[in-house]
Amino acid sequence: MFINVSNNLPRDISGCGISGFINTNGRRSSGRACVDSICMMRDRGNGLGAGFAVYGAYPEFRNYYAIHIIYQDNKAREETEEYLSTKLSIVQRGGIPTKKTKNIQSRPLFFVYFGKPRAQSDVAEIDEFREDQEDEFIVRLAMKINENIKGAYVISSGKNLGVFKGIGFPEDIAEMFMIDDYKGYCWIAHNRYPTNTPGWWGGAHPFSVLDWSVVHNGEISSYGINKRYLEMFKYNLNLKTDTEVISYLLDLLVRRHGLSLKEAALAFAPPFWTQIEKMNTDQKNKIEKIRRIYGSAMLNGPFAILVGFKGGLMGLSDRIKLRPLVVGQKGDTTYMASEESAIVGVVKELDRIWSPNAGEPVIAKLKPAVSARLFGKSNKTVRV
Amino acid sequence: MKWFKKVHHYLPPDFILERADDLCIRCKACVTQCSFDANFYDQKRNFIYTLQQNCVGCNRCVAYCPTEAIVVKNRPNPFREHSHWGAYYISGIKRRAYYGGTPVKSMGNDRPFPIYWDKLLLNASQVTNPSIDPLREPMELRTYIGRRPKYLKKGEALPPSIMLQTPIMIGAMSYGALSFNSVESIGRAVTMAGTFFNSGEGGLSRDHYKFSKHVIVQVASGRFGVHKEYLDIGSAIEIKIGQGAKPGIGGHLPGEKVSESISQARMIPKGTDALSPAPHHDIYSIEDLRQLIYALKEATRYSKPVIVKIAAVHNVAAIASGIARSGADAISIDGFKGGTGAAPEIIRNHVGIPIELALAAVDTRLRQEGIRNEVSIIASGGIRGSADAIKAIALGADAVYIGTAALITLGCTLCQQCHTGRCAWGITTQDPFLSKRVNPDIMSEHLYNLFNVWSLELKEIMGAMGVNSIESLRGNRLHLRGVGLSDRDLEILGVLPAGE
Repeated sequence: MFINVSNNLPRDISGCGISGFINTNGRRSSGRACVDSICMMRDRGNGLGAGFAVYGAYPEFRNYYAIHIIYQDNKAREETEEYLSTKLSIVQRGGIPTKKTKNIQSRPLFFVYFGKPRAQSDVAEIDEFREDQEDEFIVRLAMKINENIKGAYVISSGKNLGVFKGIGFPEDIAEMFMIDDYKGYCWIAHNRYPTNTPGWWGGAHPFSVLDWSVVHNGEISSYGINKRYLEMFKYNLNLKTDTEVISYLLDLLVRRHGLSLKEAALAFAPPFWTQIEKMNTDQKNKIEKIRRIYGSAMLNGPFAILVGFKGGLMGLSDRIKLRPLVVGQKGDTTYMASEESAIVGVVKELDRIWSPNAGEPVIAKLKPAVSARLFGKSNKTVRV
Repeated sequence: MKWFKKVHHYLPPDFILERADDLCIRCKACVTQCSFDANFYDQKRNFIYTLQQNCVGCNRCVAYCPTEAIVVKNRPNPFREHSHWGAYYISGIKRRAYYGGTPVKSMGNDRPFPIYWDKLLLNASQVTNPSIDPLREPMELRTYIGRRPKYLKKGEALPPSIMLQTPIMIGAMSYGALSFNSVESIGRAVTMAGTFFNSGEGGLSRDHYKFSKHVIVQVASGRFGVHKEYLDIGSAIEIKIGQGAKPGIGGHLPGEKVSESISQARMIPKGTDALSPAPHHDIYSIEDLRQLIYALKEATRYSKPVIVKIAAVHNVAAIASGIARSGADAISIDGFKGGTGAAPEIIRNHVGIPIELALAAVDTRLRQEGIRNEVSIIASGGIRGSADAIKAIALGADAVYIGTAALITLGCTLCQQCHTGRCAWGITTQDPFLSKRVNPDIMSEHLYNLFNVWSLELKEIMGAMGVNSIESLRGNRLHLRGVGLSDRDLEILGVLPAGE
C-alpha cells in the first residue's frame, strides 16, 4: 500500500529494533540468521515496517550499481525507465522476486536495474549533472527520481548491495522477498514501530544511498537542522523519515568531505565539552574542530544505528545512550543488535558480548585481502 | 523654581504622580532622587509638591519612598478621543511646532507593532524521545562566534573566534551613553558569566581595559576612540554599519553627556555633541567594506574575528549575503525594536523591520547559497527573555545580543530619557552625583544572575525538547510552531503552523 507522503508531516518518528552482522572474511551466508535475529525482537516492532540490507547480494554484477526502485504503479515505472534509459547504460534489469504471503495484502512493484552512468554527450545532460564522478552522478540520479517522479522511489543504489523493505513484520517481509535465498557477507535488519504515521513502503528501513545503508532505532531531535544542513549541499530529503539524514550525512562527511568513519562518528555523537577539556592537546584540537565545523551534523536525541558501508559494519549510539546497543563476537563474525536476545538467540557460545559505551563507535571491517578481492585493489573502501 | 506654565507651549503631561498625604512622612527622598525636578519641598507649608509636567515616569521616587506613598500613573488621553488622531500624533505635531526641531527619544520603538516572538511556540518531547533533565544530565550551551571552514582540512587551524559559555552577549552600548559604573557592572558580569559585552562606538575607558578577554570593540562611522591599542584590547572587533533603532543614520551623543572622561575615551573635546556620520565615509559600497574588514584584520594580525553589524532593513538577506562574502567572520543583525541612547523619534518608530523576520530571511538566504555555516549570526533588537533568545537560535542565530534587558537589570524602567543624561537610576548619565546610583558590586551580581538564570532556562527548554547541545537547536525550525500567523509570515519564518 502506498501512502501519500505529501501530508505535510515534517518527518516520521518511531521506536524500533535493529540487528546485523558481518563476516570479516567475506564468507557469505544466507539471510536466515538475520531474519531469525530480528524476529527475536518482535516486540520492538508493530508490523508497520521491516527491512533488510545485504552486502554481497549480487557478486556477478558487483561492478555495476544495483538500483532498487519501488513503484506505485506501472505509469511510474514507465516514466522512470524512460528517464533511466537516458542516464544509465543498463546491463540487466528485472522485477525483484517476491512471493505471495498471507499477511501482506497489497504492495507496490519492485524492480532492480544494474547499470553505470552513460557516457554523456549532449549539452543538456551536462548542465543537469555537472559532477563527473560516477558516485555523485548516482546520488543525484536517485534524488531526481525521488523528487520528480510521482510514485517512484529509489531505495538502494550501491554496488553488490540490495535493500528489501516494506510494511509488515520482519518475518512477513522476509518471506515475501525470499530473503533466505540471498547470500551476503554483511546483513542488517530492521523491525519498525512507527508512532505517528501508518508507515509507507519507502519509509521502512534500511535507508540506503550508494554503499551506505542505515537502520536506526530512535528519534533524531536535531533532524530539522540536519536536514537544512544537508540541503546546503544539495541533498533533497524526500522520504520524510529522520533516518534519511544519517545516510546522507555519511555520504557528505565521508565520501565528499573525506572524513574517516570514526571522525564522522565523532561528529554524530561528540564527547561533551567537559570531557574534551580533559583530553590531551592534539585530541582536544581535533575534536573541537570537528564539533565546530560539523555542529549542524550532530545527531541529537536518542538513537542507536547500524551502518553498513563499503567494507564493513558500524554500530553507534547517541552520546548519552538513550537507545540500547549490544555487540557480540564469534570467530570472524561480529554481531550487533538492540538486544542481547537477538544475538544469543541465533549464535551459541559467543567469544565475547558487550554493550559499547555511549557515543562509542564499534566498527567491524573486512580483512584487507578480502576487500581487495571484493572491490579490486584500486577501488578504495571507506577509511575507518 | 525655573518652571512656569506657558500656554503657547503647553503639552499635557504624560504622567500623574499621586502622593498620599496621610502616608507621606516628608522625608524628601523623592525630592533628592528625582533628577528631572518634578518634586520639590515647600518648607513653609511642610508639603511636597509635584510638577507633573516634569515627571518622566521613571519611578525612581516610587522605589525610594519608604511608605509607598507615591503612585505614578499614565495620564489618560487628554485630548478628545479620535480613532485616527491619537494623543501621540496630536502631541507630536505640537511638539514639533513649538520647538522647531524633531523630537529625540531613547530606548527602542514603543509603538504597537506585532511581536513575532509571541506568535512562536516551542516543542517538547513526549514518549518517543525522552526529555532530558538538565539537573542530572550534561547540557551544552557553549557557542563559538567566528568563521568556520566548509569542511575539515587536515592540519589547518580554525580561523580566530570567541568562545561563549552561553549564547547571550551584551550588545553595543557606548561608554558615554552609559555611565562608568554601568560599563563596570556589565564588564564584571560578562567576565563571571564567560561571555562578552560590546564597547559600542565610544571607545573604551583605560580603566576598562581589564575586560580585554570579554569585550568586543566597536568601530563605527565616527571612529570615536579607535586606535591601535583599542583594537588590540578587544577579543573581537565589530564594524557598526547600522543600528536597529535608527537604521541609516549615525550615532548621537549629546554634548551634555561628554564629560572629561568621555572626551578622553572618545578623543573629542569636552561638551561637544558626538554625532557620527550616517555612512562610514570610507564605505560607500560592499567592496569598501571588504577593505575595512581586512584593514582591521591586518592591524590586528588576523588574531581576532571581525563582526559586521547591520540594521534589519528590507533587503537585509541580500546585504548579509554580501557581508558574508566580504571576509566578515560574523554578522550581527539588529531589529527595529532595538534600543538606543538617542535617536530621532521619527526614525526610531518607523524605520527597519522585525528581527524575527530579518533573521529568518538571512539564515534562509545564506543556506540557499550554501554559506550559512561559514559565518556566525548574532541577532538582537528586543530580546526580552530566554524564550525570545531560544526562538532566535531556533530561527537561525548563533547567539543574541541583549541591551535593554541588561539595563533593566541595572535598574532601568524604560522611561526613555537616556539622551537627556539625567537618568535618575544612574545608568545613562555622566553626572557624578547620579552615576553613583549604580553600584558595580551589586549590579554586576544582578546581571550575572540574569545570565545564569537565562542559561538555566535555555537548558530547561532544550532538555524538554530532548536535545543536549545548543548546536542541535540552532536553525532547527522544526522545534518552532506558529500561532496566528499568515501563510506568508510562516513561509518567511520557515515555520509550520501549530497543529501541523
